[in-house]
Amino acid sequence: MMAEYSALSLLANALKGNKDWKPAWRKPDPKASYDVIIIGGGGHGLSTAYYLAKEHGITNVAVLEKGWLGSGNVGRNTTAVRSNYLLPANTRFYEHSMKLWENLSHDLNYNVMFSQRGCLNLAHTPAQFDDYARRGNAMRHLGVDAELMTTAQIKRLIPALDVSDSARFPVVGGLMQRRAGTARHDAVAWGYARGADRRGVDIIENCEVTGFLRDGDRITGVTTSRGDIRAKKVAVSVAGSTGRVMRLAGIETMPIESHVLQAFVTESLKPFIDTVVTFGMGHFYLSQSDKGGLVYGGDIDGYNSYAQRGNLPVVDEVMSEMLALFPGLARVRMLRSWGGVCDMSMDGSPIITTGPLPGMYLNCGWCYGGFKATPASGWCFAWTIAKDEPHDLNASFTLDRFHRGLVIDDKGQGATPRLH
Amino acid sequence: MLITCPYCGPRDVIEFTYQGDGNRARPEPASQNFEAWNAYVYDRLNPAGDHNEIWQHSGGCRAHLRVVRNTLTHEISSVTFVRGHHGSASRPEAEDRS
Repeated sequence: MMAEYSALSLLANALKGNKDWKPAWRKPDPKASYDVIIIGGGGHGLSTAYYLAKEHGITNVAVLEKGWLGSGNVGRNTTAVRSNYLLPANTRFYEHSMKLWENLSHDLNYNVMFSQRGCLNLAHTPAQFDDYARRGNAMRHLGVDAELMTTAQIKRLIPALDVSDSARFPVVGGLMQRRAGTARHDAVAWGYARGADRRGVDIIENCEVTGFLRDGDRITGVTTSRGDIRAKKVAVSVAGSTGRVMRLAGIETMPIESHVLQAFVTESLKPFIDTVVTFGMGHFYLSQSDKGGLVYGGDIDGYNSYAQRGNLPVVDEVMSEMLALFPGLARVRMLRSWGGVCDMSMDGSPIITTGPLPGMYLNCGWCYGGFKATPASGWCFAWTIAKDEPHDLNASFTLDRFHRGLVIDDKGQGATPRLH
Repeated sequence: MLITCPYCGPRDVIEFTYQGDGNRARPEPASQNFEAWNAYVYDRLNPAGDHNEIWQHSGGCRAHLRVVRNTLTHEISSVTFVRGHHGSASRPEAEDRS
Protein backbone atom coordinates (compact mmCIF):
# COMPACT_ATOMS: atom_id res chain seq x y z
CA MET A 1 0.00 0.00 0.00
CA MET A 2 1.34 3.41 -0.93
CA ALA A 3 1.84 5.66 2.04
CA GLU A 4 -0.89 8.29 2.18
CA TYR A 5 1.68 11.06 2.51
CA SER A 6 4.76 10.66 0.32
CA ALA A 7 6.75 12.56 -2.29
CA LEU A 8 4.82 10.63 -4.93
CA SER A 9 1.38 11.44 -3.47
CA LEU A 10 2.44 15.07 -3.08
CA LEU A 11 3.37 15.21 -6.76
CA ALA A 12 0.27 13.32 -7.88
CA ASN A 13 -2.01 15.62 -5.91
CA ALA A 14 -0.16 18.72 -7.09
CA LEU A 15 -0.74 17.69 -10.69
CA LYS A 16 -4.46 17.21 -9.95
CA GLY A 17 -4.74 20.64 -8.35
CA ASN A 18 -4.76 19.34 -4.76
CA LYS A 19 -8.47 18.53 -5.02
CA ASP A 20 -8.27 14.89 -3.90
CA TRP A 21 -6.69 15.13 -0.45
CA LYS A 22 -8.86 13.37 2.08
CA PRO A 23 -9.50 15.02 5.46
CA ALA A 24 -7.06 13.61 8.04
CA TRP A 25 -9.99 12.21 9.99
CA ARG A 26 -13.70 11.73 9.30
CA LYS A 27 -16.45 13.48 11.26
CA PRO A 28 -18.66 10.49 12.07
CA ASP A 29 -21.82 10.52 14.16
CA PRO A 30 -21.56 8.34 17.24
CA LYS A 31 -22.81 4.77 16.92
CA ALA A 32 -25.06 3.27 19.60
CA SER A 33 -22.26 1.11 20.97
CA TYR A 34 -18.55 0.36 20.71
CA ASP A 35 -16.09 -2.15 22.09
CA VAL A 36 -14.08 0.67 23.66
CA ILE A 37 -14.86 4.32 24.36
CA ILE A 38 -11.96 6.62 25.11
CA ILE A 39 -12.98 9.83 26.86
CA GLY A 40 -10.65 12.63 25.84
CA GLY A 41 -9.33 13.43 22.36
CA GLY A 42 -5.97 14.77 23.47
CA GLY A 43 -2.57 13.31 22.71
CA HIS A 44 -2.92 10.41 25.12
CA GLY A 45 -6.48 9.48 24.12
CA LEU A 46 -5.60 9.55 20.42
CA SER A 47 -2.41 7.54 20.86
CA THR A 48 -4.37 5.03 22.97
CA ALA A 49 -6.87 4.63 20.11
CA TYR A 50 -4.04 4.29 17.59
CA TYR A 51 -2.23 1.55 19.52
CA LEU A 52 -5.49 -0.27 20.35
CA ALA A 53 -6.11 -0.54 16.61
CA LYS A 54 -2.54 -1.15 15.49
CA GLU A 55 -1.15 -3.39 18.23
CA HIS A 56 -4.27 -5.17 19.45
CA GLY A 57 -6.60 -5.16 16.43
CA ILE A 58 -9.38 -3.44 18.40
CA THR A 59 -10.89 -1.02 15.92
CA ASN A 60 -14.52 -0.67 17.07
CA VAL A 61 -13.44 2.31 19.15
CA ALA A 62 -14.73 5.84 19.71
CA VAL A 63 -12.69 8.78 20.97
CA LEU A 64 -15.00 11.36 22.55
CA GLU A 65 -13.69 14.92 22.70
CA LYS A 66 -15.72 17.71 24.29
CA GLY A 67 -14.07 20.45 22.22
CA TRP A 68 -12.09 20.16 19.04
CA LEU A 69 -9.29 17.69 18.58
CA GLY A 70 -6.05 18.78 20.20
CA SER A 71 -7.59 21.80 21.94
CA GLY A 72 -6.24 20.87 25.35
CA ASN A 73 -2.76 20.29 26.65
CA VAL A 74 -1.42 18.57 23.52
CA GLY A 75 -1.71 21.93 21.80
CA ARG A 76 -0.53 23.97 24.79
CA ASN A 77 2.73 22.42 25.97
CA THR A 78 6.35 23.46 25.40
CA THR A 79 7.06 20.32 23.31
CA ALA A 80 10.08 18.95 25.19
CA VAL A 81 10.72 15.20 25.01
CA ARG A 82 13.21 13.55 27.39
CA SER A 83 13.72 10.45 29.53
CA ASN A 84 16.13 11.77 32.18
CA TYR A 85 14.47 10.45 35.33
CA LEU A 86 16.00 9.02 38.50
CA LEU A 87 13.67 6.21 39.57
CA PRO A 88 13.63 2.98 37.53
CA ALA A 89 9.83 2.87 37.01
CA ASN A 90 9.89 6.32 35.45
CA THR A 91 13.14 5.84 33.54
CA ARG A 92 11.98 2.61 31.88
CA PHE A 93 8.60 4.07 30.97
CA TYR A 94 9.93 7.32 29.53
CA GLU A 95 12.73 5.53 27.70
CA HIS A 96 10.11 3.32 26.05
CA SER A 97 8.40 6.54 25.05
CA MET A 98 11.67 7.90 23.68
CA LYS A 99 12.13 4.82 21.51
CA LEU A 100 8.61 5.22 20.14
CA TRP A 101 9.34 8.89 19.45
CA GLU A 102 12.47 7.96 17.51
CA ASN A 103 10.39 6.05 14.97
CA LEU A 104 7.11 7.97 15.28
CA SER A 105 7.12 9.97 12.04
CA HIS A 106 7.84 6.78 10.10
CA ASP A 107 5.32 4.72 12.07
CA LEU A 108 2.53 7.29 11.61
CA ASN A 109 3.57 8.31 8.08
CA TYR A 110 3.19 11.82 9.48
CA ASN A 111 6.07 14.23 10.10
CA VAL A 112 5.96 15.05 13.81
CA MET A 113 9.24 16.99 13.40
CA PHE A 114 10.90 15.10 16.23
CA SER A 115 14.25 16.79 16.69
CA GLN A 116 16.80 15.16 19.01
CA ARG A 117 18.56 18.39 19.83
CA GLY A 118 19.36 17.42 23.42
CA CYS A 119 18.18 18.59 26.80
CA LEU A 120 20.64 20.18 29.22
CA ASN A 121 19.89 20.56 32.95
CA LEU A 122 22.11 23.30 34.39
CA ALA A 123 23.76 22.83 37.80
CA HIS A 124 24.54 25.90 39.88
CA THR A 125 26.16 24.38 42.97
CA PRO A 126 28.66 21.53 43.42
CA ALA A 127 26.03 19.60 45.39
CA GLN A 128 23.56 19.91 42.53
CA PHE A 129 26.24 18.76 40.10
CA ASP A 130 26.83 15.69 42.30
CA ASP A 131 23.09 15.05 42.30
CA TYR A 132 23.06 15.23 38.49
CA ALA A 133 25.98 12.77 38.38
CA ARG A 134 23.89 10.41 40.47
CA ARG A 135 20.87 10.78 38.19
CA GLY A 136 23.05 10.43 35.09
CA ASN A 137 24.54 7.22 36.49
CA ALA A 138 21.06 5.90 37.29
CA MET A 139 20.01 6.62 33.71
CA ARG A 140 23.11 5.00 32.17
CA HIS A 141 22.61 1.99 34.42
CA LEU A 142 19.27 1.44 32.66
CA GLY A 143 20.75 2.01 29.20
CA VAL A 144 19.66 5.64 28.75
CA ASP A 145 22.19 8.15 27.44
CA ALA A 146 23.44 10.83 29.83
CA GLU A 147 26.60 12.88 30.02
CA LEU A 148 27.96 15.47 32.39
CA MET A 149 29.12 18.69 30.80
CA THR A 150 31.64 21.20 32.10
CA THR A 151 31.02 24.93 32.07
CA ALA A 152 33.45 25.35 29.16
CA GLN A 153 31.56 22.76 27.09
CA ILE A 154 28.27 24.44 27.95
CA LYS A 155 29.64 27.81 26.89
CA ARG A 156 30.52 26.36 23.48
CA LEU A 157 27.11 24.70 23.15
CA ILE A 158 25.04 27.75 24.17
CA PRO A 159 27.03 30.95 23.53
CA ALA A 160 24.18 33.20 24.69
CA LEU A 161 24.05 31.63 28.15
CA ASP A 162 25.60 33.69 30.95
CA VAL A 163 28.17 31.30 32.45
CA SER A 164 30.29 34.06 34.00
CA ASP A 165 31.18 34.16 37.69
CA SER A 166 29.08 37.31 37.98
CA ALA A 167 25.87 35.55 36.94
CA ARG A 168 23.15 35.58 39.61
CA PHE A 169 23.57 31.80 39.93
CA PRO A 170 26.86 30.85 38.24
CA VAL A 171 26.75 27.65 36.17
CA VAL A 172 29.07 24.93 37.48
CA GLY A 173 28.13 22.23 34.96
CA GLY A 174 25.19 20.33 33.61
CA LEU A 175 23.60 17.01 32.75
CA MET A 176 22.92 16.48 29.06
CA GLN A 177 20.68 13.90 27.42
CA ARG A 178 21.58 14.10 23.72
CA ARG A 179 18.66 11.97 22.53
CA ALA A 180 16.14 14.32 24.15
CA GLY A 181 14.60 17.10 22.10
CA THR A 182 11.38 18.58 20.84
CA ALA A 183 8.49 17.63 18.55
CA ARG A 184 5.73 19.47 16.74
CA HIS A 185 2.91 19.00 19.24
CA ASP A 186 -0.09 19.57 16.94
CA ALA A 187 1.33 17.15 14.38
CA VAL A 188 1.49 14.49 17.08
CA ALA A 189 -2.26 14.87 17.72
CA TRP A 190 -3.10 15.00 14.01
CA GLY A 191 -0.82 12.08 13.13
CA TYR A 192 -2.27 9.81 15.80
CA ALA A 193 -5.80 10.92 14.87
CA ARG A 194 -5.31 10.09 11.20
CA GLY A 195 -3.62 6.78 12.03
CA ALA A 196 -6.50 5.78 14.29
CA ASP A 197 -9.17 7.03 11.88
CA ARG A 198 -7.76 5.10 8.91
CA ARG A 199 -7.90 1.92 11.01
CA GLY A 200 -11.60 2.46 11.73
CA VAL A 201 -11.65 4.44 14.97
CA ASP A 202 -14.43 7.05 15.22
CA ILE A 203 -13.12 10.38 16.45
CA ILE A 204 -16.13 12.33 17.66
CA GLU A 205 -15.53 16.00 18.41
CA ASN A 206 -17.85 18.39 20.26
CA CYS A 207 -19.16 15.44 22.24
CA GLU A 208 -19.00 16.07 25.98
CA VAL A 209 -19.43 13.21 28.40
CA THR A 210 -22.12 14.20 30.93
CA GLY A 211 -22.41 10.97 32.90
CA PHE A 212 -21.84 7.24 32.99
CA LEU A 213 -24.23 4.38 32.21
CA ARG A 214 -24.03 1.70 34.85
CA ASP A 215 -25.18 -1.77 35.60
CA GLY A 216 -24.67 -1.97 39.37
CA ASP A 217 -21.03 -1.03 39.90
CA ARG A 218 -20.07 -1.82 36.31
CA ILE A 219 -19.64 1.00 33.82
CA THR A 220 -21.50 0.12 30.61
CA GLY A 221 -21.26 3.35 28.64
CA VAL A 222 -21.59 7.11 28.80
CA THR A 223 -24.22 9.77 28.41
CA THR A 224 -23.03 12.60 26.21
CA SER A 225 -24.15 15.85 24.66
CA ARG A 226 -24.77 13.76 21.52
CA GLY A 227 -26.75 10.95 23.16
CA ASP A 228 -26.06 7.76 25.07
CA ILE A 229 -23.26 5.50 23.87
CA ARG A 230 -22.71 2.01 25.22
CA ALA A 231 -19.37 0.25 25.42
CA LYS A 232 -17.81 -2.89 26.87
CA LYS A 233 -14.91 -0.80 28.13
CA VAL A 234 -14.72 2.89 28.98
CA ALA A 235 -11.28 4.49 29.21
CA VAL A 236 -10.79 7.87 30.88
CA SER A 237 -7.90 9.97 29.56
CA VAL A 238 -8.78 13.56 30.39
CA ALA A 239 -5.67 15.02 32.14
CA GLY A 240 -6.67 18.18 34.04
CA SER A 241 -10.38 17.27 33.95
CA THR A 242 -9.85 13.93 35.74
CA GLY A 243 -11.53 15.13 38.94
CA ARG A 244 -14.61 16.35 37.07
CA VAL A 245 -15.06 13.18 35.02
CA MET A 246 -14.45 10.80 37.92
CA ARG A 247 -17.02 12.71 39.97
CA LEU A 248 -19.57 11.89 37.23
CA ALA A 249 -18.86 8.23 38.06
CA GLY A 250 -19.47 8.88 41.76
CA ILE A 251 -15.80 8.95 42.77
CA GLU A 252 -15.45 12.04 44.95
CA THR A 253 -11.76 12.08 45.79
CA MET A 254 -8.64 11.33 43.75
CA PRO A 255 -4.91 11.65 44.50
CA ILE A 256 -4.92 14.52 41.99
CA GLU A 257 -5.12 18.31 42.11
CA SER A 258 -5.71 20.38 38.96
CA HIS A 259 -3.30 23.29 38.58
CA VAL A 260 -2.67 25.82 35.83
CA LEU A 261 0.67 25.95 34.01
CA GLN A 262 1.53 28.92 31.82
CA ALA A 263 3.77 28.91 28.75
CA PHE A 264 5.21 31.66 26.60
CA VAL A 265 6.61 32.33 23.16
CA THR A 266 8.64 35.29 21.90
CA GLU A 267 8.71 36.90 18.49
CA SER A 268 10.74 34.93 15.93
CA LEU A 269 14.50 35.24 16.20
CA LYS A 270 17.33 33.99 14.04
CA PRO A 271 18.88 30.71 15.26
CA PHE A 272 19.70 31.38 18.91
CA ILE A 273 19.80 28.04 20.71
CA ASP A 274 19.79 24.52 19.28
CA THR A 275 19.04 22.55 22.42
CA VAL A 276 16.56 22.50 25.29
CA VAL A 277 17.99 24.10 28.43
CA THR A 278 16.64 24.06 31.98
CA PHE A 279 17.57 26.31 34.92
CA GLY A 280 18.65 24.57 38.13
CA MET A 281 17.99 27.36 40.63
CA GLY A 282 14.32 27.75 39.93
CA HIS A 283 11.98 26.20 37.44
CA PHE A 284 12.55 27.37 33.89
CA TYR A 285 13.05 25.68 30.51
CA LEU A 286 13.57 27.11 27.06
CA SER A 287 13.95 25.95 23.48
CA GLN A 288 13.59 27.54 20.07
CA SER A 289 10.86 26.49 17.68
CA ASP A 290 11.54 25.87 14.00
CA LYS A 291 9.65 29.10 13.30
CA GLY A 292 12.20 30.97 15.44
CA GLY A 293 10.19 31.82 18.55
CA LEU A 294 11.68 31.01 21.92
CA VAL A 295 9.25 28.66 23.68
CA TYR A 296 9.58 28.65 27.45
CA GLY A 297 7.87 28.20 30.76
CA GLY A 298 8.37 27.75 34.47
CA ASP A 299 6.42 26.63 37.48
CA ILE A 300 2.71 26.08 37.78
CA ASP A 301 0.87 29.00 39.38
CA GLY A 302 0.63 26.96 42.57
CA TYR A 303 -3.07 26.99 43.49
CA ASN A 304 -5.91 24.74 42.35
CA SER A 305 -7.29 25.90 39.03
CA TYR A 306 -9.39 24.68 36.12
CA ALA A 307 -9.07 28.04 34.33
CA GLN A 308 -6.86 27.78 31.26
CA ARG A 309 -5.13 31.02 32.23
CA GLY A 310 -2.79 32.08 35.03
CA ASN A 311 -1.77 35.18 36.94
CA LEU A 312 1.01 37.74 36.63
CA PRO A 313 3.36 36.76 39.50
CA VAL A 314 4.41 33.62 37.63
CA VAL A 315 4.85 35.60 34.40
CA ASP A 316 7.17 37.94 36.28
CA GLU A 317 9.09 35.06 37.84
CA VAL A 318 9.55 33.21 34.54
CA MET A 319 10.86 36.36 32.82
CA SER A 320 13.28 36.96 35.71
CA GLU A 321 14.60 33.42 35.41
CA MET A 322 15.02 33.79 31.66
CA LEU A 323 17.04 36.96 32.13
CA ALA A 324 19.18 35.38 34.86
CA LEU A 325 20.30 32.84 32.24
CA PHE A 326 20.14 34.96 29.08
CA PRO A 327 20.65 38.65 29.88
CA GLY A 328 20.78 39.32 26.13
CA LEU A 329 17.06 38.53 25.79
CA ALA A 330 16.01 41.57 27.84
CA ARG A 331 14.74 43.47 24.78
CA VAL A 332 13.05 40.55 23.06
CA ARG A 333 9.28 40.87 22.97
CA MET A 334 6.98 38.17 24.25
CA LEU A 335 4.43 37.31 21.60
CA ARG A 336 1.89 35.17 23.43
CA SER A 337 1.24 33.45 26.74
CA TRP A 338 -1.35 30.85 27.57
CA GLY A 339 -2.28 28.31 30.23
CA GLY A 340 -3.22 24.66 30.45
CA VAL A 341 -4.76 22.62 33.26
CA CYS A 342 -2.45 19.94 34.64
CA ASP A 343 -3.42 16.84 36.61
CA MET A 344 -0.87 17.05 39.42
CA SER A 345 -0.55 13.71 41.18
CA MET A 346 0.53 13.28 44.79
CA ASP A 347 3.94 11.83 43.92
CA GLY A 348 4.59 13.47 40.55
CA SER A 349 4.18 10.18 38.66
CA PRO A 350 1.29 9.07 36.45
CA ILE A 351 -1.53 6.57 36.85
CA ILE A 352 -2.28 4.04 34.07
CA THR A 353 -4.50 1.32 35.41
CA THR A 354 -7.59 -0.83 35.15
CA GLY A 355 -10.50 0.38 37.27
CA PRO A 356 -11.20 1.88 39.67
CA LEU A 357 -14.71 0.64 38.71
CA PRO A 358 -15.45 -2.53 36.71
CA GLY A 359 -15.53 -1.72 33.01
CA MET A 360 -13.46 1.43 33.54
CA TYR A 361 -9.80 2.21 32.77
CA LEU A 362 -7.92 5.26 33.99
CA ASN A 363 -5.01 7.28 32.61
CA CYS A 364 -4.08 10.47 34.52
CA GLY A 365 -1.62 12.17 36.85
CA TRP A 366 0.73 13.50 34.16
CA CYS A 367 1.53 16.67 36.08
CA TYR A 368 3.04 19.04 33.50
CA GLY A 369 5.12 16.38 31.75
CA GLY A 370 2.53 14.53 29.73
CA PHE A 371 3.60 15.51 26.23
CA LYS A 372 6.81 13.46 26.17
CA ALA A 373 4.83 10.49 27.48
CA THR A 374 2.24 10.61 24.67
CA PRO A 375 3.45 7.54 22.73
CA ALA A 376 4.21 5.31 25.73
CA SER A 377 1.11 6.42 27.62
CA GLY A 378 -1.13 5.38 24.74
CA TRP A 379 0.90 2.24 24.13
CA CYS A 380 0.67 1.10 27.78
CA PHE A 381 -2.95 2.21 28.19
CA ALA A 382 -3.96 0.32 25.04
CA TRP A 383 -2.24 -2.80 26.41
CA THR A 384 -4.02 -2.38 29.76
CA ILE A 385 -7.42 -1.95 28.09
CA ALA A 386 -6.93 -4.82 25.64
CA LYS A 387 -5.59 -7.35 28.16
CA ASP A 388 -7.31 -6.16 31.35
CA GLU A 389 -3.96 -6.02 33.10
CA PRO A 390 -1.04 -3.60 33.03
CA HIS A 391 2.09 -4.08 30.98
CA ASP A 392 5.33 -4.36 33.01
CA LEU A 393 6.10 -0.76 32.04
CA ASN A 394 3.02 0.65 33.78
CA ALA A 395 2.56 -1.99 36.48
CA SER A 396 3.84 0.47 39.11
CA PHE A 397 1.56 3.31 38.00
CA THR A 398 -1.44 2.14 40.02
CA LEU A 399 -4.12 4.24 41.65
CA ASP A 400 -3.87 2.48 45.01
CA ARG A 401 -0.11 2.95 45.38
CA PHE A 402 -0.67 6.03 47.55
CA HIS A 403 -2.64 4.17 50.18
CA ARG A 404 -0.23 1.24 50.03
CA GLY A 405 2.95 3.27 50.56
CA LEU A 406 4.33 2.56 47.08
CA VAL A 407 4.67 6.12 45.80
CA ILE A 408 7.09 6.92 42.96
CA ASP A 409 8.34 10.34 43.99
CA ASP A 410 11.16 11.23 41.57
CA LYS A 411 11.78 14.63 43.15
CA GLY A 412 11.30 13.51 46.74
CA GLN A 413 8.81 16.30 47.41
CA GLY A 414 6.14 14.39 49.32
CA ALA A 415 2.39 14.65 48.85
CA THR A 416 2.33 18.33 47.88
CA PRO A 417 1.30 18.38 44.24
CA ARG A 418 2.12 22.02 43.62
CA LEU A 419 5.81 21.22 44.29
CA HIS A 420 6.21 18.37 41.79
CA MET B 1 -5.76 37.99 41.44
CA LEU B 2 -6.48 40.05 44.56
CA ILE B 3 -7.21 38.51 47.95
CA THR B 4 -8.96 40.75 50.47
CA CYS B 5 -7.23 40.03 53.75
CA PRO B 6 -9.71 40.74 56.59
CA TYR B 7 -6.94 42.59 58.40
CA CYS B 8 -4.95 44.33 55.62
CA GLY B 9 -7.53 44.81 52.88
CA PRO B 10 -7.21 43.89 49.18
CA ARG B 11 -3.69 42.78 48.28
CA ASP B 12 -2.03 41.19 45.27
CA VAL B 13 -1.79 37.40 45.27
CA ILE B 14 2.01 37.67 45.29
CA GLU B 15 1.83 38.60 49.01
CA PHE B 16 0.14 35.29 49.84
CA THR B 17 1.36 31.71 50.15
CA TYR B 18 -0.96 28.92 49.11
CA GLN B 19 -1.28 26.27 51.79
CA GLY B 20 -3.62 23.99 49.91
CA ASP B 21 -6.94 22.32 50.26
CA GLY B 22 -8.89 23.45 53.34
CA ASN B 23 -11.32 20.51 53.28
CA ARG B 24 -8.92 17.94 54.66
CA ALA B 25 -9.58 16.67 58.18
CA ARG B 26 -6.44 15.68 60.06
CA PRO B 27 -7.01 12.62 62.26
CA GLU B 28 -6.21 12.84 65.95
CA PRO B 29 -2.42 12.48 66.39
CA ALA B 30 -2.81 9.18 68.25
CA SER B 31 -5.19 7.76 65.68
CA GLN B 32 -4.23 4.38 64.26
CA ASN B 33 -6.85 4.57 61.54
CA PHE B 34 -4.47 4.27 58.60
CA GLU B 35 -7.20 4.74 56.02
CA ALA B 36 -8.04 8.10 57.61
CA TRP B 37 -4.37 9.11 57.57
CA ASN B 38 -3.97 8.01 53.95
CA ALA B 39 -7.07 9.91 52.94
CA TYR B 40 -5.82 13.00 54.77
CA VAL B 41 -2.43 12.91 53.05
CA TYR B 42 -3.37 11.81 49.53
CA ASP B 43 -7.04 12.24 48.64
CA ARG B 44 -8.44 15.51 47.31
CA LEU B 45 -11.89 16.74 46.32
CA ASN B 46 -10.33 18.96 43.62
CA PRO B 47 -13.62 20.62 42.67
CA ALA B 48 -14.26 22.59 39.48
CA GLY B 49 -16.05 25.50 41.12
CA ASP B 50 -15.95 26.85 44.66
CA HIS B 51 -12.94 25.52 46.55
CA ASN B 52 -12.35 25.85 50.27
CA GLU B 53 -8.64 26.55 50.71
CA ILE B 54 -6.02 27.93 53.11
CA TRP B 55 -3.74 30.85 52.26
CA GLN B 56 -1.25 32.67 54.48
CA HIS B 57 -0.71 36.39 54.12
CA SER B 58 3.02 35.71 54.39
CA GLY B 59 4.02 39.02 52.84
CA GLY B 60 1.72 40.98 55.14
CA CYS B 61 0.10 40.34 58.52
CA ARG B 62 1.02 36.61 58.33
CA ALA B 63 -2.51 35.55 59.27
CA HIS B 64 -3.75 32.20 58.00
CA LEU B 65 -6.90 32.67 55.95
CA ARG B 66 -9.72 30.43 54.85
CA VAL B 67 -10.59 31.44 51.28
CA VAL B 68 -13.46 30.26 49.11
CA ARG B 69 -12.30 30.68 45.52
CA ASN B 70 -13.84 29.50 42.27
CA THR B 71 -11.30 27.31 40.45
CA LEU B 72 -12.97 27.96 37.09
CA THR B 73 -12.88 31.77 37.29
CA HIS B 74 -10.44 32.53 40.16
CA GLU B 75 -13.22 34.64 41.69
CA ILE B 76 -13.04 34.86 45.49
CA SER B 77 -16.32 34.85 47.40
CA SER B 78 -15.18 34.68 51.03
CA VAL B 79 -12.05 35.31 53.13
CA THR B 80 -12.04 34.68 56.88
CA PHE B 81 -9.42 33.98 59.53
CA VAL B 82 -8.75 30.25 59.94
CA ARG B 83 -8.80 30.56 63.72
CA GLY B 84 -10.90 32.80 65.94
CA HIS B 85 -9.29 36.22 65.96
CA HIS B 86 -9.13 38.28 69.14
CA GLY B 87 -10.19 41.87 68.79
CA SER B 88 -11.59 43.58 65.76
CA ALA B 89 -10.93 42.28 62.26
CA SER B 90 -11.10 45.79 60.90
CA ARG B 91 -8.05 47.83 59.99
CA PRO B 92 -6.38 49.55 62.91
CA GLU B 93 -6.75 53.33 62.95
CA ALA B 94 -3.70 55.35 61.98
CA GLU B 95 -3.13 56.64 65.52
CA ASP B 96 -2.92 53.09 66.84
CA ARG B 97 0.13 52.42 64.70
CA SER B 98 2.33 55.23 66.06
